[in-house]
Amino acid sequence: MEKIKVKICQGTTCFVMGGEVIKSIHDTLVEKYADKIEIVPVRCLEVCHDADSFSQAPYVYVNDEVVSAATVDKVISVIESKLKNE
Amino acid sequence: MNNTPELETRRLKREVLVRIIKAFMSDNYAENVRLIPYDMRPKGSEVPFRCCVYKERAVLRSRTIAGLGFAMEDDDERTLLSDFAQQALTRQVPEPEPLTVLQNACKGCPSAQVFVTELCQNCVAKPCMKACNFGAISNNGKRSIIDQDKCKKCGMCMNACPYHAIVKTIVPCEEACPVGAIAKGEDGLAHIDKDKCISCGKCVSACPFGAPHAKSQVIDVLSKIKQGKEVIAMFAPALVGHLPCTPEQFIDAFKKIGFSDVYEVAQGADTTIQVEAHDLQERLEQGAPFMTTSCCAAYNELVKKHIPEIKPYVSDAHTPLYYTAEIVKKEHPNAETVFISPCFAKRKEALDNPNVNNVLNFEELGAIFIAYGIEVDTCEEKEYAFKSSKEARDFPLSGGVARSVQAAWKGNPEDLKPTIINGLTKATVRDLKVYAKTGKCQLGNLIEVMCCEGGCIAGNAGLNTVKMALKKVTDYSSKSYSLKEDK
Repeated sequence: MEKIKVKICQGTTCFVMGGEVIKSIHDTLVEKYADKIEIVPVRCLEVCHDADSFSQAPYVYVNDEVVSAATVDKVISVIESKLKNE
Repeated sequence: MNNTPELETRRLKREVLVRIIKAFMSDNYAENVRLIPYDMRPKGSEVPFRCCVYKERAVLRSRTIAGLGFAMEDDDERTLLSDFAQQALTRQVPEPEPLTVLQNACKGCPSAQVFVTELCQNCVAKPCMKACNFGAISNNGKRSIIDQDKCKKCGMCMNACPYHAIVKTIVPCEEACPVGAIAKGEDGLAHIDKDKCISCGKCVSACPFGAPHAKSQVIDVLSKIKQGKEVIAMFAPALVGHLPCTPEQFIDAFKKIGFSDVYEVAQGADTTIQVEAHDLQERLEQGAPFMTTSCCAAYNELVKKHIPEIKPYVSDAHTPLYYTAEIVKKEHPNAETVFISPCFAKRKEALDNPNVNNVLNFEELGAIFIAYGIEVDTCEEKEYAFKSSKEARDFPLSGGVARSVQAAWKGNPEDLKPTIINGLTKATVRDLKVYAKTGKCQLGNLIEVMCCEGGCIAGNAGLNTVKMALKKVTDYSSKSYSLKEDK
């Protein structure tokens, strides 16, 4: 089974809008899904740069699905649905 | 970042700030500020938090007024946001009080009370009644009942109940405030008593409705930059833990905003350390029982407003900000200085220091980076002209100031006994009062006082978790020379 790729944005906007959450998303995922996912810290992917989209930061990508205003629960539910579909 | 209830209120505040700054950068500043509540909650939008879209907009209007740097207490509710935006441009001196309460964001929480829940088993022993020293508890044959007029909220019955059936509800802001400065008024809403407030910002972090709010100085600072003035940033050493880049990238990042130069406040901390170590040694030689540190702005306000009797025991050393600003003004006499702060209390300190013109906190700085589209981790790395010591860069950590005095200590090492107050609470404020009154402190002779639990890296306007900030600050400081090696 191919590992799910979780990209956590390390850009400035995501950090300012949710630096506190980014860390807990990272830690929770490592603990919960160690062997099923691969966590990749990425630089700003620039979705936050148009118009008002900054307000929906922090962004996390689960494979190619964008999770906006990411929280631990939101990211977990997307990962769970991907795991179920495999 | 103490007691962070929800990130939601922080995100709202940050979003409003970014929109204010974006409006400032646009060709139509005042009108775009007026539109902020409508842009955030347009016609037909969802109503995520309040009862209706109109209430949402009303609260966002209040957040915008505070973001423009005004006190909500002065709002007549009929002045347009565009007028506030214009007034912010002409403000010469920042508002004297750093904090304000958004009355329409305040829930008017139920008063704190202790009450017996339905889980009361109506037991035979009735330890709750025995525990109560005020005769406030009776029994109606089915369960115990508390007479709220007699109850002193001491909580003895709660501790006595074998079922944990007695609970105490709290008002989060009142509970968080170490000095009883914020309380529900007759209107049921929270009010800050400015004669008691030490501007620590614990209420800002504690309120899950985001009602207590900082008055921002972003417009004041950005206006000065726009007018082409020489504006210099002096950043608190805690900032190292609160941006997603290296400290060497700060210079370039600040210059992209338009600051002309950047100083580490750790530079001033190196002076504070030497003065403080010398001060303590002199005092102990003269028979003083103890000395407290003097770098925390909220503690200094506490001394002024609540414990004047401890003043003789407070070190005469000035804060790292004081010495840094002095150096900057000497090197750049015409410059406007801006302190970049993890907390709100430093705004008070800045008001009393003509060398510090404005204060931006980390949230406000972050909002500027977002609005300007500056990716800090792509900025160029540059060296600081002044190399600060490891101890100076560790100043924002709980225990860091005490360790720095130890490192610079020239007397007999056994004479120095540091003790730490890691966070001001109602209980630690009481301890300090006792030390002052009795002139004794059993725990040590150097009392390091930091208002925020964890130190300035846990300041109430921080962006990162305390744990991560701690790691980044110590990673950076460990690359510096130590004052111990210097001896």
